[in-house]
Amino acid sequence: MKSGGSLSIWFFTGLCLGVTGALIFATGIYELISPPATKVVLYELHANVWWGAVLLVTGLFFGIHFSPANERKRMSGKS
Amino acid sequence: MNLALLLLSSNTLVHLSAVDLVIIVFYFALVLGIGFYLKGQANTGEDFFMAGREMTAWVAGLAFLSANLGSLELMGWAGNSYKYGILAAHWYWIGAIPSMLFLALVMMPFYYVCKTHSVPGYLKLRFGVGAQAISSVSFALMTLLMSGINMYAMAVVMRVVLGWDLNFSILISSLTVAAYVALGGLRSAIFNEVLQFFLIWAGALLIPILGLIEAGGWSGLQARILQNLTEQHAANPGSYTHLWSTLGNFNANPMGINWAGIVFGLGAVIAMGYWTTDFLVVQRVLAAKDLRSAELAPIIGAAFKMCVPFIVILPGLLGLALLRDPQGQLLRLVPADLAWSPAGQAQGLHGYDEVLPLMLARYCGPGLLGLGITALIAGFMSGMAGNVSAFTTVWTYDIYGALINKNASDESKVKMGRWVTIIGVVISIGTAYLVMKQQSIMDYVQSLFSFFIAPLFGTVLLGMLWKRATPAGGWTGLLAGTLSSVGMYAWVKLDPNAVRYVALSMDAQDQAQNMFRALWCCLICIIVTFVVSMLTKPKPDSELKDVVYGLTPIPKAENVGWLHSPYFWGVVVFVIFIVLQIIFW
Repeated sequence: MKSGGSLSIWFFTGLCLGVTGALIFATGIYELISPPATKVVLYELHANVWWGAVLLVTGLFFGIHFSPANERKRMSGKS
Repeated sequence: MNLALLLLSSNTLVHLSAVDLVIIVFYFALVLGIGFYLKGQANTGEDFFMAGREMTAWVAGLAFLSANLGSLELMGWAGNSYKYGILAAHWYWIGAIPSMLFLALVMMPFYYVCKTHSVPGYLKLRFGVGAQAISSVSFALMTLLMSGINMYAMAVVMRVVLGWDLNFSILISSLTVAAYVALGGLRSAIFNEVLQFFLIWAGALLIPILGLIEAGGWSGLQARILQNLTEQHAANPGSYTHLWSTLGNFNANPMGINWAGIVFGLGAVIAMGYWTTDFLVVQRVLAAKDLRSAELAPIIGAAFKMCVPFIVILPGLLGLALLRDPQGQLLRLVPADLAWSPAGQAQGLHGYDEVLPLMLARYCGPGLLGLGITALIAGFMSGMAGNVSAFTTVWTYDIYGALINKNASDESKVKMGRWVTIIGVVISIGTAYLVMKQQSIMDYVQSLFSFFIAPLFGTVLLGMLWKRATPAGGWTGLLAGTLSSVGMYAWVKLDPNAVRYVALSMDAQDQAQNMFRALWCCLICIIVTFVVSMLTKPKPDSELKDVVYGLTPIPKAENVGWLHSPYFWGVVVFVIFIVLQIIFW
């Protein structure tokens, strides 16, 4: 769905998930290297590493698949 | 005031790190950026108020669900599941799925074919200006109150969870909502609702996953709840994890309700009323690009709605099973008024509604905490934006355009829409401060909302399905249903013994009273509409084309395969819904 200019809602969704995922993933890696003094429950599962990675990959998929360049290609393919 | 002073407090539920703040600030920047980006695409009335009617089924479906999935809803129902157990899931299953499917497959064609801008607009086409005026004025009032309540609730949550100043939260959230809705109209609200949908799932999904790991799966969770509640001598400890088997009697379950209240009051009236006639949610579907998308959108919403208990009800149950205080003793949550009283604060008590933030703080470290808090903020702002955008449309088309300036041009309606958005937000701020001074208003408004929804469903249903219903029947039925609901509410307030008549049992608690009151007032609405219609002159068939069943040529479905058919997916969703009821019986 495009609805409004060349940027679709899915692109914005990808941007949001991608940036957030990257920040969470980076924080998780930092905590692996330098464990915090106060730990959350189930810290040993390192949820911020794998959940951050999941969000980052999902964000990249949406961001790239619905990027303005790919949208233009799709539109030119249709016409 | 210094931002750092506002954001930092020692006596809060969680403490944000720098990365958490970056995530929150990024979200606000993105939301405002979307508003500015979409400004250029909101020039006509159709663009501003109906998002150009060009949304795909997925976007309309996710926005339809998100408009309802605010943080007030998330935190409130997580708290209710802590209080009432899995019975709270009825509000997501029987209290949503059948009605969403009914909207999709039965009512949507009428809304869509008559090209109305709003539900009051449909009532005008069907019953005339009288029913439209009652419906639009009551709806406009309710949306502003609800928007203010969302704003206030967000400010309170941010104070309890993060220690933020109330005025700071109200100012930031209202300015952001006013900016992005006034700039981009409904399209901007829908874009942000879709964004909020993903944020809520991304922020909340970890809680049930990690919680189930800690509890030892569903069977471990059930065993812990039983053990904890037995230790606390709670009544019916085994009933907290069963959906239907304890609904034979009012006193056999923690909610004090029976199966008739759930099936007829909740499933057949309140849910039907909310999901099919509340313009706040229906507006999202009306923005769909064609009829098939408009039919598919509520079905997509229903499919995801069935999954919401995983991120709302399950965390409440996990709180019941796992939460401990710093000394390792079982943590018992209490009603909000007790928790937030000076004595409660001194003892460090937590309210039921804090169960979701407590679980968030339990499992989420830096980064994840920021995401979870952002999801809550997004939910609150989306709740405000949904109410403000629906108010703007109903004011512009059903009050200004229908009653004040019938010859308003499209351009002036858009201009009016932008100004009314800002005025709506300003009034909402006033409401937020009013609620701050008089918190009992919050309870009354929740009840007020139910006063209008149940009879409205009776009126719209008869209007769509029975061509003999007359304009006089329509508005007198609506008025009688609403007044009877208010009357029953006042009767029980003045004489608590009246509950035996209104809810059929002295054991009935608040939720049961709400369900039965809705059932009776809907029936009164239907009976009055029927009787008055039979005594008055009906509209000729020619005037009912496109608004009544049997006189509306429904466009033939496009030649799509069964995989794209709304009926096929409706059946799939319904079968899964039935299976869930059996699994958690």
